[in-house]
Amino acid sequence: MNRMSGSDRAFVGSVYAVLIAATLVVALPFLYVVIVSFATKAEVLSRGFFLVPKTWSLDAYQYLFRERNFLLSFRNSLWITLIGTFVNIALTSMMAYGLSKPWVVGRKTMNMLVLFTMLFNGGIIPTYLVVNQFGLLDSYWSIWLTAAIAPFNLIVMRGFFQSFPSELEEASRIDGCGELYLFRKIVLPLSMPAIATFTLFYLVQNWNTYFNALLYLNDSAKWPLQVFLRQMLIEAADSSMTLEIEGFEFGPPVKMATVVATALPLLVIYPFFQKHFNQGMLLGSVKG
Amino acid sequence: MPTSDIRSRLRRGLPLYALILPGALFFLLFRYLPMGGILIAFQDFEPFDGFMKSPWVGFDHFVRLFGDPDFWVLFRNTLVLSALNLFIFFPAPIILALLLNEARIRMFRRTVQTITYMPHFLSWVVVVGISVLLFSTQEGAINQLLAANGWGRIELLTDSNYFRPLYVLMNIWKESGWSAIIFLAALASIDPTLYEAAVMDGASRWKTMLHVSLPALRNVIIILFILRLGQTMETGFEQVLLMQNSLNLDVSDVFDTYVYRNGVLTGEYSYTTAVGLFKSVIGLVLIVAANGWAKRKGEEGVY
Repeated sequence: MNRMSGSDRAFVGSVYAVLIAATLVVALPFLYVVIVSFATKAEVLSRGFFLVPKTWSLDAYQYLFRERNFLLSFRNSLWITLIGTFVNIALTSMMAYGLSKPWVVGRKTMNMLVLFTMLFNGGIIPTYLVVNQFGLLDSYWSIWLTAAIAPFNLIVMRGFFQSFPSELEEASRIDGCGELYLFRKIVLPLSMPAIATFTLFYLVQNWNTYFNALLYLNDSAKWPLQVFLRQMLIEAADSSMTLEIEGFEFGPPVKMATVVATALPLLVIYPFFQKHFNQGMLLGSVKG
Repeated sequence: MPTSDIRSRLRRGLPLYALILPGALFFLLFRYLPMGGILIAFQDFEPFDGFMKSPWVGFDHFVRLFGDPDFWVLFRNTLVLSALNLFIFFPAPIILALLLNEARIRMFRRTVQTITYMPHFLSWVVVVGISVLLFSTQEGAINQLLAANGWGRIELLTDSNYFRPLYVLMNIWKESGWSAIIFLAALASIDPTLYEAAVMDGASRWKTMLHVSLPALRNVIIILFILRLGQTMETGFEQVLLMQNSLNLDVSDVFDTYVYRNGVLTGEYSYTTAVGLFKSVIGLVLIVAANGWAKRKGEEGVY
């Protein structure tokens, strides 16, 4: 270990200080919301700002988990995420594999067409009209189908499949397996780390979907959690109306509890995926 | 290439076309069909009459567009928010990556990374929701704190003056950690002998950061900066929509929010499609130009 000079020590000290400060700035707003969600409504209304409640309580959560609209939207979000992610992964991996074979006729054109959708799109209204024309309004298929493949994920996954050694393909062909067998039984199992990463990306996309749900779902019984939360927090704050939706009165802790319930599922699963994307898998693998 | 070869490749490729088909249908129906739908920008589209019976009006909507004072407000707001992203947000992840690179205690590094990545996984609804809980005039934590100390309350969410600073601060809060990954990857690939040589020459840690680490990021910084220039028309639609309210509309209204409000909610389909088309075309030109520029810099573009 080499000894540090005084100025180096001061430098390293300030590096740690700045990083600790930055981490606190990121963590504190969320921590504050978590803490107050465990406080009582009475204390919040009488005390105003505090970081440590005098009485801890589960009232907000008990209230929330009895609230029909919350439970409904939570279930809707789970359903949207479950089926949506399955559709995403199935369509993305299948198409990526098909486009990864250099000898497939028409591959270049299809790649170009995929790429172009990243640069230009029809816009909100024409897409809305198409979804309407197909009769998908108020159906979850509007969300699952309009966001079925993220072109970026498709391109990265295609590059990943291309990096498989071609001997693998030749060997299995000599053994008489078909392309589909090869894909399902050999390539997919070997690709699990990559699939896991894209599963996380798509899980995040589906769980957090907001605008598409707002746009395509008019029936409030079908709303996902994100739309419910926005209705409860942001609309109410904007119009300064009474904070009440269908007779459900929200005290501040209940609002905080809803934020926590909306954010927590992803925050809990994300560390399990972290090792996969830490080493800059997005870097360099883009070009195919 | 002989035809028989193509034919055999086609036959061999049959199962692969089967794999491609569902995805290809998605692109066709939900990406390319809407592009065809752009034609209603040249019509007076009536949902009841449908595309076939709606009358054609040529460039009428575009003439109206350029004469519309609202349009220039949208344009200005978009440019201002993009400039904020470019000059205030953009350096944040670079600085974070450089500092993380100097923190040699692994446990510490990992903890900082895990926590600063986290907001990337929160939806904009949650982030803007937290900002309401913190900043709202009556119930917000900040204003409660101010009031408790006898200071006045600040209309952080409804005063137009605070919209732009909050917009870029929320971006920094949410995405700095995640955006630092790409810079950290570039820093990890620096040849360690460069650092050793710097130490031999008696360079301080500060100087090493400035003269070894930062130059190693130069190419990534230039490329990402150019590509961000190409994204000038994209200001983060969901974030803006969620932060928007009737009192800050003068600074918060951008193309997409305008299209949503006047198109989907009010039903001016054709005019707002023209607004959207204008935005997409400028966006396309910028991205293609930016990518060409990045390539000329001797680097790989995104495509």
